[in-house]
Amino acid sequence: MLDLLANATVAGLLLGGFYAAVTVGLSIAFGYLDIVNIAHPGFMMLGAFAAWFATDAWQLDPILAGTLFAPIFFVAGAALYRVYHVSFERRGDIGLRGLAFFFGVLFLAEVVLLLLFGADYRGLNLPYLETMITAGPVSVPLRMVLPFLVSLALFAALQWMFDHTFFGRAIKAVSQDPVALRLMAADPVRVKEVAFGIAIATASIAGALLITIAPVEPSMGRDYIGRIFAIVVLGGLGSLTGTLLAALALGVAESLTATLYGPSWSPAVAFGALLIALVVRPTGLLGR
Amino acid sequence: MTAPLLRVANLSKRFGGFVALNDVSLEVADGERLGVIGPNGAGKSTLVNCVAGLLRPDAGRVVFGDKDITALPAHRRARLGIARSFQLPRPFRSMTLEENLAISRDYAAREATDARALLSQLGLGAKVQSLPRDLTQIELRKLELARALAARPRLVIADEVMAGLSHGEVDEMMGVLLALNQGGITIMMIEHIMRAVMRFSQRIIVLDAGRKIADGAPVEIVRNEAVERAYLGA
Amino acid sequence: MLIGGYAATVAIANDYYFYAGYIVLQYVVLATAWNILGGYAGYVNFGSAGFYAVGAYTAAILCLALGAPLPVMILGGGLAAGVIGLAAGYLALRIKDVYFAIATLALAVVVQTIVDNWDYVGGTRGIYVLHPHHAIGFSNYPRLLFFTMLVLAVGSVVVARSVEHSRFGRGLAAIRDDEHAAESAGVPTLRLKLMAATLSGILMGAAGAPFPYFVSHLEPSSTFSLAVAVNAIAMPMIGGATSWAGPVIGALVLGGAQQIATVTISSVLNLLIVGLLLIGFVIFAPEGIVGLARRLLR
Repeated sequence: MLDLLANATVAGLLLGGFYAAVTVGLSIAFGYLDIVNIAHPGFMMLGAFAAWFATDAWQLDPILAGTLFAPIFFVAGAALYRVYHVSFERRGDIGLRGLAFFFGVLFLAEVVLLLLFGADYRGLNLPYLETMITAGPVSVPLRMVLPFLVSLALFAALQWMFDHTFFGRAIKAVSQDPVALRLMAADPVRVKEVAFGIAIATASIAGALLITIAPVEPSMGRDYIGRIFAIVVLGGLGSLTGTLLAALALGVAESLTATLYGPSWSPAVAFGALLIALVVRPTGLLGR
Repeated sequence: MTAPLLRVANLSKRFGGFVALNDVSLEVADGERLGVIGPNGAGKSTLVNCVAGLLRPDAGRVVFGDKDITALPAHRRARLGIARSFQLPRPFRSMTLEENLAISRDYAAREATDARALLSQLGLGAKVQSLPRDLTQIELRKLELARALAARPRLVIADEVMAGLSHGEVDEMMGVLLALNQGGITIMMIEHIMRAVMRFSQRIIVLDAGRKIADGAPVEIVRNEAVERAYLGA
Repeated sequence: MLIGGYAATVAIANDYYFYAGYIVLQYVVLATAWNILGGYAGYVNFGSAGFYAVGAYTAAILCLALGAPLPVMILGGGLAAGVIGLAAGYLALRIKDVYFAIATLALAVVVQTIVDNWDYVGGTRGIYVLHPHHAIGFSNYPRLLFFTMLVLAVGSVVVARSVEHSRFGRGLAAIRDDEHAAESAGVPTLRLKLMAATLSGILMGAAGAPFPYFVSHLEPSSTFSLAVAVNAIAMPMIGGATSWAGPVIGALVLGGAQQIATVTISSVLNLLIVGLLLIGFVIFAPEGIVGLARRLLR
């Protein structure tokens, strides 16, 4: 029993690491830019299928493919922000219509994938991913460990950017400190455009991690909306560390639930946590 | 002396570690014109929100007429006769001016109010059917006031209705408020513009860092050393 | 209109029209219901499918466990979804805007997870709920269902319209425009939000209640469907969210087009069109078809 729980906990941490990679893009968009991008999981699914295709057709490594596609996602994200800015943000009309807009984008992503790939599961068949890594009583496959490590690297890179580059500081200032932004002589629209591009670019990598972990089908993205918002809210808006910790916590909670009660209950964990988080503490655990 | 219309007793409000109001007490007599001044962050807006009901104080009581309203939500206070304008105009954007007034008339007024007459009285008679987006700044301020008046209030809290207005517009707005007061409405004016507040108010209360530091006639306030220190930071 | 509808069930021979008509009318109810909370009060509900499913599953349970007749199923389905609506309303007291929208989505997933794991209603495999053989006054049961949905559609539009023109509706509009200003103007925002959320939930539940009979085999994946969730939002947004006519027009146009498209092109492609239309409208015609028509008439 203890071994089982230890395994479930470690699997949960690894899963949480992956969740963190999925969430970080939303954490940037929502936490720093005040853009409620509910379409983020849609971009992750596009990333997952792109990585699947590159692996299947060109024998690329999926994570390498996700990284190579990231610049394309960056451009798409920047373009999407332009549309959003001109259509909603500048008109001061974000609420209802901005939400409906991203809802439409999410929906489009799913439908486009359905048209291109159908509703069947697509998975990778890479033997090396099944290598088991064992430490004491715990044994986990590489396909879980690899995404976890990539996610940590992604977080480290982003954290470094936020703390040590001019641009990272500009992103932090863009929604919280307009005065500082003006002193930095940065154009807020431009800053947000690039930042949103980065946020979407992370979805390409998250998608590649997703396909590395398990087979995918187009409608899976929907399950992640609640999950990633739960993580962002629990972790606190505008805190990357908070996002990472909340993701790990949710991963463990889901994994333990799946082990103890069966996997069909695990979606309720994220959403239940989200409901509680929203009602009890809308500002998150570590947030501003 | 008659019982005060509004009595605020030992009101305190904290936001996290920041003390916005610290044991503030004050009274407003029926029919009085009271000015409330103080530097930025002195607690003026918090006071307004605690009286109007959008914030609950951590300690203290708010009594209106002979009723303790400390625990009442804002809409109940509006029905009892407390109306406020917002510092930044917050009109109902999708509604015409007349419809804007209809909301407070239908929900808060204790008697029928002629929205058109009220708008004309404030110089907005030609814009009854306009939408708020077609109004100028001063017109928006007037709409705020008109909407407050449509509730048939006994007390109007005018929260910086003059900020950003030109000299002439300030005089115009002050004329409107004086006329209202002559009609029997008690007015609590929260204001930055000293010239206006001094001329308008019969009595002035000064807040600084969440405390009431002075309470008296305008002439006394001008001569008050504590007030001078608060404003000049000396 | 109801008489015309009934006459059609007698006069038209092809059953297909009643299947298609049922779906379109169901969307009239759903879009109208969504709009009471979303369009009037400005609270976006992403979880429409959850409310719809609560109505459908409650009706199925009433039918299977108690042998309840269709009107009782509809009443029960409506009330159960109304309770969930009330719960969502309480959420709306604490959380606003985006958070509310996400919370409704979460609510729908929690409900689906419960249904997925509930053996009595068949879990993910679903359950058979067969309609009675005889339909008094109609030549077959699907026609009776069509007529039932027509009654619900007319009823919900009447409700929405009277809400819109009442003090209640104006209060909701004030909440949508500025909640604090509304509260300060004497609008009891809490009570109004609860009422709107409950009413919206009741109508969504009622829309879902006849669904078990309509499909015969009730299962989570078709009940908590993407089409319901998306259409409930897209139809009012495309039709125009501030008046009762918007969701009706949106549902008739979009729902009708979808029914034609499902026959002529693939159902996935028609969802693509819905998505594009939704995005197009929110960007270029934020007031919807109703707003466009008003602008043209001026």
